[in-house]
Amino acid sequence: MAYSTKVIEHYENPRNVGTLDKSDANVGTGLVGAPACGDVMRLQIRVNDQGVIEDAKFKTFGCGSAIASSSLATEWIKGKTIDEAETIKNSQIVEELNLPPVKIHCSVLAEDAIKSAIADYRKKQQDRHAAK
Amino acid sequence: MALKLPIFMDYHSTTPVDPRVLEEMIPYFTTKFGNAASRNHPFGWEAEEAVDHARERIASFIGAKDSKEIVLTSGATESDNLAIKGVAEFYKDKGNHVITTVIEHKAVLDTCKRLEKEGYEVTYLPVGQDGLVDPDAVKRAMTDRTILVSVMLANNEIGTVQPLEAIGKLTRERGVLLHTDAVQGVGKVDFDVQRMNVDLASITSHKMYGPKGVGALYVRRSKPRVRIVAQMDGGGHERGMRSGTLAVPLIVGFGKAAEIMQREGKAESVRLAALRDRLLAKLTARLDEVYVNGSVEHRLPGNLNVSFNFVEGEGLMMAIKDVAVSSGSACTSASLEPSYVLRALGVGDELAHSSIRFGLGRFTTEEEVDYVAELVASKVERLRELSPLWEMHKEGIDLKSIEWAAH
Repeated sequence: MAYSTKVIEHYENPRNVGTLDKSDANVGTGLVGAPACGDVMRLQIRVNDQGVIEDAKFKTFGCGSAIASSSLATEWIKGKTIDEAETIKNSQIVEELNLPPVKIHCSVLAEDAIKSAIADYRKKQQDRHAAK
Repeated sequence: MALKLPIFMDYHSTTPVDPRVLEEMIPYFTTKFGNAASRNHPFGWEAEEAVDHARERIASFIGAKDSKEIVLTSGATESDNLAIKGVAEFYKDKGNHVITTVIEHKAVLDTCKRLEKEGYEVTYLPVGQDGLVDPDAVKRAMTDRTILVSVMLANNEIGTVQPLEAIGKLTRERGVLLHTDAVQGVGKVDFDVQRMNVDLASITSHKMYGPKGVGALYVRRSKPRVRIVAQMDGGGHERGMRSGTLAVPLIVGFGKAAEIMQREGKAESVRLAALRDRLLAKLTARLDEVYVNGSVEHRLPGNLNVSFNFVEGEGLMMAIKDVAVSSGSACTSASLEPSYVLRALGVGDELAHSSIRFGLGRFTTEEEVDYVAELVASKVERLRELSPLWEMHKEGIDLKSIEWAAH
């Protein structure tokens, strides 16, 4: 199976690889997938007081399409508010990367990773307010 | 000599035709094009003679007593089907039980599943962590209703070589027929139908530097005389066991490939085992968390199946796209299930997803091995930097302690 040029480009030059401090109250972490299924994505966001995603980082265990999907996801959410980021759909990732049907699960995982990171951030904020 | 890319290290999938093989084949496409079944003119005689010669070479190659024991087919899938279905149908009044193993090729497994639908009983023997079948398990599984045992000579994924000689003793004692899918092992490891008491054996040309599209089924003619029901009806070729006009040029090539393998196979295996060991040594010198899948000792000389923990196999293959290898990861298949062979060894799904099969062969050079070792090591390092699992491993987190959301 041949990869699309966009998948190859993201795979070879992945954006925003790295780790944010997960104990930071402004950082949300999403860890989705499972090693036994062959892909795990960790996507992290740092959100400022205006609710804007200032920084995003990822690390992914998976095939080229999984790595490209998460790389693209971090690129898209940076600079967006969390409400905007939450509206990103896996179908947009499929379209942008020209993913074939067998790779659609990679885009689903990337969407899940964004949602999971946002949920984690929101939970931390709630806990913080509750503690006050 | 400059290294030529891409590098082929997938010799279990297929092999290139040896130039010496091609040379013998060529006249049979053009000037010597007769039908081997034409009994009344020189074109037919010439073709028949060429086929007979090839048949003798193939018989000698596997230790068959008589070239009449070689039934030519289109390849090993057909041979496996013919052997298993052919025996099951012929001996159905004697019994309805077949024994095989969980790590057989799909051509055997799916044929057995078909038999189950038709009312036969099939026992699928497990293998140990080393990928080997225990002959005692074969012995215990045989009943008065058992008509056939089918155990492969060497596995196509992990290269493990089964104790066929020990199994052959048991089946012979019990009067049960033994079939082997010898595709991967023949010519590379010790194989002899007489000494191993093999009654039926499937082989194929394209795994041994011959052309694709031709294979053979060895069917023993004496002690015991094995009978099979043909699965292809027609002109009664191959003594009624396989109808269809013989593919003379392919058969000529197959014969030549067998002749070369018989002569050179031993030395080639010594060379390939050394190269394979060199590849593994270089990889493990650079990288931690590298696991060999299956027995190291009882293994095809050109096979190295390893898991690079925390790196997904298909992702790694994409990074080494100038090197043709194969992976037990299922990311390419719709099922998302990793290799059933690796699972049968008890290799965890995560390590199965991280596996790469290197297949070395006749035209593999030391220079290629060194290049591939260096490339793979550096790409594994890069992908581990990208892997959340590697980071967690480095932090001392036990990945098994995490509740993963399976999808």
